[in-house]
Amino acid sequence: MNHLDALPPWAAVLVGVLVLLGAGFAFVGSLGLLRLRDFYKRVHAPTLGTTLGTFFMVVASIVCFSVAQGRPVLHEMLIGVFLTLTTPITLMLLVRAALYRNRVEGQQRVPPPR
Amino acid sequence: MIRRCLPHPLMSGFLLLAWLLLQRSLAPATLLAGVLVAMGLGRAFGKLRPPAARIRNVPLLVRLLLRVMGDIVRSNLAVAWLVLRPGGQVRSGFVSVSLELTDPYGLAALACIITSTPGTIWVDHDSTRRVLLIHVLDLVDEAAWIGNIKRRYERPLLEIFQ
Amino acid sequence: MSHAFLGIAIVAAQLLLLLAMACSIIRMVRGPRAQDRVLGLDALYVNAMLLLLSIGIRTGSVLYVEAGLIIALLGFAGTVAFAKFLLRGEVIE
Repeated sequence: MNHLDALPPWAAVLVGVLVLLGAGFAFVGSLGLLRLRDFYKRVHAPTLGTTLGTFFMVVASIVCFSVAQGRPVLHEMLIGVFLTLTTPITLMLLVRAALYRNRVEGQQRVPPPR
Repeated sequence: MIRRCLPHPLMSGFLLLAWLLLQRSLAPATLLAGVLVAMGLGRAFGKLRPPAARIRNVPLLVRLLLRVMGDIVRSNLAVAWLVLRPGGQVRSGFVSVSLELTDPYGLAALACIITSTPGTIWVDHDSTRRVLLIHVLDLVDEAAWIGNIKRRYERPLLEIFQ
Repeated sequence: MSHAFLGIAIVAAQLLLLLAMACSIIRMVRGPRAQDRVLGLDALYVNAMLLLLSIGIRTGSVLYVEAGLIIALLGFAGTVAFAKFLLRGEVIE
């Protein structure tokens, strides 16, 4: 762990808190995936991990590498930008697929097709 | 002249930025290669014939982005509490909202905003009847959600894109 | 002192992320419908990417960030493909 020891104390505490927050949000999101009862409720849970969970982890990584290397290391930002653009697409497609399947079967209460 | 070499300046700019971020350097060779790639891909993007995008109000766009970030933080906490609180299931359901927004980029932005905010998800949009179907996790007051989306997001998007 | 905290925090975060991956895997195995499994797989990708980022912070290697980016890309393509497959409608369990 010698490269982490090179961080100044404030950066070490900041990175630690950010990493814990990011992992915490991702964990709560996945727990929601397990605890909520039906599919349309569960769809909302993973967004926690893709928004704030990813945000905190990316910021932690940026702070850690920028302070350790003494110059701005920003390419982690691409992960954040990419996830914010793609998550809506995947979730939207999944909900539409689920809605279509439920309509075809006609079991669950879903809005009727137009 | 500039129009012909760089038909989509915004797209090419983002591509150049992504290239430089991935290369993690600002050496002249990297910069030159990045400019070439960005210009070439910008032209290729034009071949897809994207509908023209006009951003009319940049300060409003920045304010909307800040507002959306605040909303994402708040609804993250709300959904986390819904998941963690012991027992008790939430009441959720579908809500349809009639929209005035028709611009494709505005609608895409609205879709990203609604789905990125935990607790609401964009399901379907009927472009002929202009009705949007969303699913809300914690549905207490349907009219409040409709008013919220129309006032907080649709109104600024209308001013920015249409 | 602060470095001891950082070490503990990273290990704890990695444990939390492993638990999150376990939750998504359980949802993937339990189903009950195909869309639940795809949703679990999507969450698994995101958690794996976050775990890679935390390993990168722990080892000090920037390469893990690139690996995370690739996982995010492939996960997106995979989930979209699965959702399209479900949308076609011929395949109803």
